[in-house]
Amino acid sequence: MNHHNGERVAAAFATFRGQPTAAFMPYWPLGYPTLDASVAIVSALAAAGADLLELGLPFSDPLADGPTIQAATQQALANGMNSRRAFDLIREIRHRGVKQPLLLMGYYNPILAYGTEKFCRNATAAGVDGFIIPDLPPEAAGPLASTAADLGLAMNFLLAPNSTAERIRLAAKATTGFLYLVSVTGITGAREGVPSDLAAFVAQVRKETTSPLAVGFGVSRPQQAAAIASIVEGVIVGSALVRLGVGEGALAKVVDLARSLSEATKGALPA
Amino acid sequence: MEQQRDESQLPDSRGFFGPYGGQFVPETLMPALQELETTYNEAQADTSFQQELEMLLRTYVGRPTPITYAKRLSDALGGAQIYLKREDLAHSGAHKINNALGQALLARRMGKQRLIAETGAGQHGVATATAAALLGLQAVIYMGTVDMARQKPNVFRMQLLGAEVRPVESGSRTLKDAINEAIRDWVTNVRTSYYLLGSALGPHPYPRMVRNLQSVIGREAREQMLAADGPGRWPDTIIACVGGGSNSIGIFYPFLDTSSQMIGVEAGGLGIAGGQHAARFADPKQGRPGVLHGTYSYLLQDEDGQIALTHSISAGLDYASIGPEHAYLRDQGRVTYTYATDDAALDAFLQLSELEGIIPALESAHAVAEAIRLAPTMSPEQIILINLSGRGDKDLDSVMQALRQREEEKHESS
Ligand SMILES: Cc1ncc(COP(=O)(O)O)c(C=O)c1O
Repeated sequence: MNHHNGERVAAAFATFRGQPTAAFMPYWPLGYPTLDASVAIVSALAAAGADLLELGLPFSDPLADGPTIQAATQQALANGMNSRRAFDLIREIRHRGVKQPLLLMGYYNPILAYGTEKFCRNATAAGVDGFIIPDLPPEAAGPLASTAADLGLAMNFLLAPNSTAERIRLAAKATTGFLYLVSVTGITGAREGVPSDLAAFVAQVRKETTSPLAVGFGVSRPQQAAAIASIVEGVIVGSALVRLGVGEGALAKVVDLARSLSEATKGALPA
Repeated sequence: MEQQRDESQLPDSRGFFGPYGGQFVPETLMPALQELETTYNEAQADTSFQQELEMLLRTYVGRPTPITYAKRLSDALGGAQIYLKREDLAHSGAHKINNALGQALLARRMGKQRLIAETGAGQHGVATATAAALLGLQAVIYMGTVDMARQKPNVFRMQLLGAEVRPVESGSRTLKDAINEAIRDWVTNVRTSYYLLGSALGPHPYPRMVRNLQSVIGREAREQMLAADGPGRWPDTIIACVGGGSNSIGIFYPFLDTSSQMIGVEAGGLGIAGGQHAARFADPKQGRPGVLHGTYSYLLQDEDGQIALTHSISAGLDYASIGPEHAYLRDQGRVTYTYATDDAALDAFLQLSELEGIIPALESAHAVAEAIRLAPTMSPEQIILINLSGRGDKDLDSVMQALRQREEEKHESS
């Protein structure tokens, strides 16, 4: 991959600005349900209409995750996932022709243990475009963010419905990719419906920044995805896909849901 | 009164003690931590808040807790004179109530009716349930199922006090996992709930707030050691067990400006070499600085940064990380850290019971074990002060089982 991967992240949202459509951004935990199967599923998600992909790095104590992603990432750990293998899998995913921006999503301690600088360098070399680190707010991101900036990796910070205007400005200033809007105060997990205060939350963030906005946590159905796509530039779906990841015909089920979610973000709703 | 001097000292405004501490949490919690810090600073400066806390500590908790001269233990060891700071006599059985009551008053001040807490030994859960009952608040306590099994009486006590105990089945099913679940609850109910963290760890401002609330232990001890029925001077050595680090920082902090030597005792479990312990400072292979539960501190972890499983006979010390101020005090060389194994703690538990008529908590027995090791190397003119952080009623099952196992092993080897 080239330098300035981070620009690829911002560019991926460009066509959705001011449109009722949005980028479809599926999340998948690397190493789940097996190392090989995760490469196959991520490649299939890329072919099923993903505009950007979020790849999960497992952590033993995922305190922002609900039961679905907890179970999947614990399985990935049991399968031997670590940062070094993650980079191997990402190289393999790129080798299979996946061109979309790839974002690593994981907790801070495994990155620290690997060495932040080495982590950034090896991630870039493997074909990663940016990071999402849920337990690293902008105040704490300094050392990692400066290396990431040098390498052109996008840092994408999170905002929550209870974030103050001051915190929105702080995250907007630190973000070099997109702002990840957590749809509810809560942990990851599939939910029904669109939170009633989401539009107000989005409007509040818009007042402070022109960064692209993506909404995640709790999105599971095409109807939700379509509604959210009409107000932001990206829709992130994790648990709803991950819970389909094991058993007979898992790959086909994941791809089916991904395709209808992707279509929903582009304005086509299933009857 | 709380000491104001921490304002000019550590942590800094972002919650760091040197390189340790900070706030490594999901964004949803950042506004809550800022609100908590503001409220705490206001409460510290509010004399009516401080007076209410002081009054409750006196009339409800039974403070000041006494200092007891452990004459028979001292004589048996034939070295330093040993004194005990009797947190076991605090209402609900341990030092944990000092912190729980202070924070529950803060929760009420913030208008939060629902308290969330984690517990390992159950003592913090009991303390939180107690404070909730006293102040008319709701309490939800997360506890790993391994700990529920080994601290059964405390589970029932929490329930009697009106708290809801939620079993935690994830991970190692001990304190670390209970904290994970408590944080997940807090992230979800952040607008209505107060997270009452039980030790001097987690994200800023908890390490500072818990230290200040527990410093009542050391402040009392400073005066009591000089009072008429005390030894008439400050101790040469102060010893406390270190789980997250609240009872230890509580007795150490007010003595930092004295010449007293200080020793923190971690859980050595089955020994350091085998990896089955919770001695974060003693194991160079697994113990390295890292981030868990919102703070940067020493942490038992594998090469990949995954948190290691810990083991201790005492649930309250069975935790992979340690409060950030301890990491700082260790780097500074101001406090020395060592460990006591399960076996040594069990011996100390028996010896203190038989010689002094005081049954210590298994956590506190780790501090007693270090005193038993150290006292004979000191002169009879010297003084050791042990923070006896809690009483052992909760541990009778665990101790009975451990003694039975000892008997069986003796039979097998003979
Ligand atoms: C009696 C007693 N002592 C000590 C501890 C360890 O905690 P800390 O290091 O915060 O004092 C506990 C924790 O449950 C406890 O119950």
